[in-house]
Amino acid sequence: MEIFTYGFIQRAFIVGFFISVMTPMIGNIIVLKRLSSVGDALSHASLAGVAIGLCFSYSPVVVAVLFSCLAALGIEYFRRFFPRYSEISTTLVLSLGVGLAAVFSGFVKNAAGFNSFLFGSIVAISPAETLAVTLLSVMVIIISLLLYRELFYIAFDEEGAALSGVKVKTINFVFTLLTAIVVSVSARTVGALVISSLMVIPVACAMIISKSYRSNIIYSVIFAVIFTTAGLVISCFWDIAPGGTIVLIGIAALILLLPFRRK
Amino acid sequence: MTLEVKDLSFDYPDKNILSDISFKVDEGDFLCILGTNGTGKSTLLKLMLGILKIQKGEILIDGISSKKFKEYKDIAYVSQKATGFNQDFPATVYEVVAAGLYSRRGFLKFPRKSDRKKIEKALEMVGMFELKDRLIGRLSGGQQQRVFIAKAIVSSPKMIFLDEPTVGIDVNAVDSICCLLGDLNKQGYTIIMVTHDLSSVIHHSNKILMLSENEPCRMFDTNEFLNQNYSSQYPHHKEGH
Ligand SMILES: Nc1ncnc2c1ncn2[C@@H]1O[C@H](COP(=O)(O)OP(=O)(O)OP(=O)(O)O)[C@@H](O)[C@H]1O
Ligand SMILES: [Mg+2]
Repeated sequence: MEIFTYGFIQRAFIVGFFISVMTPMIGNIIVLKRLSSVGDALSHASLAGVAIGLCFSYSPVVVAVLFSCLAALGIEYFRRFFPRYSEISTTLVLSLGVGLAAVFSGFVKNAAGFNSFLFGSIVAISPAETLAVTLLSVMVIIISLLLYRELFYIAFDEEGAALSGVKVKTINFVFTLLTAIVVSVSARTVGALVISSLMVIPVACAMIISKSYRSNIIYSVIFAVIFTTAGLVISCFWDIAPGGTIVLIGIAALILLLPFRRK
Repeated sequence: MTLEVKDLSFDYPDKNILSDISFKVDEGDFLCILGTNGTGKSTLLKLMLGILKIQKGEILIDGISSKKFKEYKDIAYVSQKATGFNQDFPATVYEVVAAGLYSRRGFLKFPRKSDRKKIEKALEMVGMFELKDRLIGRLSGGQQQRVFIAKAIVSSPKMIFLDEPTVGIDVNAVDSICCLLGDLNKQGYTIIMVTHDLSSVIHHSNKILMLSENEPCRMFDTNEFLNQNYSSQYPHHKEGH
């Protein structure tokens, strides 16, 4: 138990808690809009940002946020040309991210640094990062609550929402940027390859049992907090990558929940 | 609330759709818009709702040009594709109807206590109150259409536009939805409805607009319409209904 008195472990739990509250709030909308692969596309774009940042000795997190935002705008841009096949545009951006990350990671001297962004690292979180993630999470949570109804309407029926006066373009834009920031900032802790799973798996678990939109959001947050906390505890004791552990716990829970599917 | 369309024409880039359409809807009217596929019925609705920009002519709502008209909360719309949502979407009937309240209220406006009553009343009016906590995707097509009508009337509009609300619904459900619309009309709602299903709705309506390709549109009183052309086709219509 003495392990939990270490500052960096405590920070990992604080950061893990906030990430696991905000990620499914964004994830709900993404899944319900049938854009589950957006998280993947953005996280790969932010990996490209990390690689380029490390190559040219800029702050990898800052370049990652920048790339992730650009990628998000790119997805929205391509989506206009294939409105009913939005997976084309996410795949385009994902490929671009993978391509850039692969090319530039070859020039990165500090390979361990790059790897910590792939699967996350709880020892890597500084007090300043803890503060940044906490503030960001609070911001994301507040914005998604303020836009609760608009986001619901857009996810349910984008055209109908536009027709009845919801500012769909503006809200989609704000939401896309939020997603990009969430993905790139969380990548540091849980890992770029894992963050999109944290957006989708808790929501998928919630959809098995929830009986309304509201309960879907609440359940998905509860699931995410449980998975993350359990994953961090296990990775502390056995010294394994937290991101991977969290995802494996989530998938296991999902499979256990399947028999309880709502009728 | 009245609506007047004056010399309205509309072209899509590659096609002329509406030319020189004029008609008038008075408060308390129930107007059916008829026409074969592609004659521009949905386009006309979208022009009246301000979703498409007017190219030529004019639409006056309560005497105000639709370009300057602001009170869109007085107008509700059930689109042709209302029931085309993802049937696995986790939302209750109640949550869907609630969306009808916040849309035109504007950005960042919070729900009020009275909203709950409004939503429950709308659900009662369409006979869906008992199912309010059910997932929307688990209802039948006719029940879903009722929910979308509840979503339209929940904001207490004065005028309701419906685009083919009875497509893909069995005959009994069509009749009950048309009766529901007739009742709403009697309570004072002005109704403008595009339909191919004239036989079910005709005796609730009082005006009929016929759109046809390459011909000017024609406006009828329902009675006049029945007596003139179609009495043989709708024999079960009773006078004075
Ligand atoms: N966005 C668009 N761009 C170009 N042409 C369009 C567009 N929308 C509709 N049209 C064309 O305009 C015509 C009228 O379309 P509209 O949807 O108004 O017909 P409608 O009378 O509602 O038909 P339906 O009975 O099938 O619903 C059609 O020929 C259609 O091909
Ligand atoms: Mg149509």
